[in-house]
Amino acid sequence: MSAAARSGAAAGLVSCETCGLLSRPAQAVHPGHCPRCGSELEWRRRDSIQRTWALLIAAAICYIPANILPVLRTNTVVSSDADTIMSGAVFLYTSGSWPLAVIVLVASVMIPLGKLVALAYLLITVQRGSVASNRDRARLYRLVEIIGRWSMLDVFVDTFTVALIQLQPLMSVEPGPGVVFFMAVVVLTMLAVESFDPRLIWDAGTSWQGRHA
Amino acid sequence: MTHETVACPACDLLQQVPPLPPGGKAHCPRCDETLGSRSADPLDRPLALTVAAAIVFIIANTQSLMGLSAVGRQASTTIIGGAYEMWVQGQALTAMVVAFCVVIAPATYIAFMLTVLLAVRRPPAPRWIGELLRWADFMKPWSMSEVMMLGILVALVKIAELASVSPGIGMYAVGLLVILLPAIMVNFDPAEVWNRVEWTDGTSSTAIAE
Repeated sequence: MSAAARSGAAAGLVSCETCGLLSRPAQAVHPGHCPRCGSELEWRRRDSIQRTWALLIAAAICYIPANILPVLRTNTVVSSDADTIMSGAVFLYTSGSWPLAVIVLVASVMIPLGKLVALAYLLITVQRGSVASNRDRARLYRLVEIIGRWSMLDVFVDTFTVALIQLQPLMSVEPGPGVVFFMAVVVLTMLAVESFDPRLIWDAGTSWQGRHA
Repeated sequence: MTHETVACPACDLLQQVPPLPPGGKAHCPRCDETLGSRSADPLDRPLALTVAAAIVFIIANTQSLMGLSAVGRQASTTIIGGAYEMWVQGQALTAMVVAFCVVIAPATYIAFMLTVLLAVRRPPAPRWIGELLRWADFMKPWSMSEVMMLGILVALVKIAELASVSPGIGMYAVGLLVILLPAIMVNFDPAEVWNRVEWTDGTSSTAIAE
């Protein structure tokens, strides 16, 4: 970008996150409320880095039991089998529907893991004040924002499998303890994405009146 | 209309956005975020789609999603029936999140959009529609009808190994819903609502943009 590129904050203007109105707040420290829609104005999302780290670490902790503990338990008259996320995908593969196995593997294993790594990378580069590859990092954030919700897929697969297969005493499927952890990973990473402020990527090396620490 | 000065919501770059032609889109030159898009018919078409979505949503939630028959026994489930079974089986938290993502969030989005699109037709648009629009926007990432549909399909393929399954009317309604919901979002232009809304500070009642 040209040297004339200037952020709203550097010009003393704050943009409303709800309605997009650009306004000049009376006070730099407490920008107050948007004159149009009344939303609280903020230069940047509040405590963005700390909140995102907290949610991200919580998600990373839940990721371990989510993958180790069974998500489904199948009970028949003679046997009882437990399935984890991974063995569920393997079952789809061996039963001949490899396209679905790939979808489940991408949505349940690769997307959550990719999200954890991507958010950690964004946080670390922002904290180090990196000015390299801003455009790529902005694109990475947008990608994480869009595809993150798809990892809820396995929770829905488990829910509707459980709901349908209740043929006691011949066969029944019950949810395992892994489901709640897996669901927590998805929800926590989605909250982490929402609390991260992508404008921080572009703030490195700039300063303005309303910026605190 | 003249150029509007905005700050990019994703990188805060100050820039002038020219008036967009119908179907036009503006991107931030620095980070490539979409700054705005103008649909050919930003209020009436989303309203028609939202009314359709509301009807389809009711059908999707009241009719059977799929039926199963095995060893002479029949079973079927609805959307909320899935969440209920998780609750019964001791997964209360999962059940609540599932119910939120597939029932509450899309229902709230449809209901609030319907109210906003009806209320904005009467100038000046009342202030409270801004609050509803904010909530509708909040529900967007959590409204997961299309993820649920894929999840049901995967579950159907898994179960097809064990029993014969058949999709119900609810399943077709879900299929329609996952087309209608993004269609509302693509055709709706929030800027059109914000231009008409009465300002909370009362200082400015901007010209109705036409």
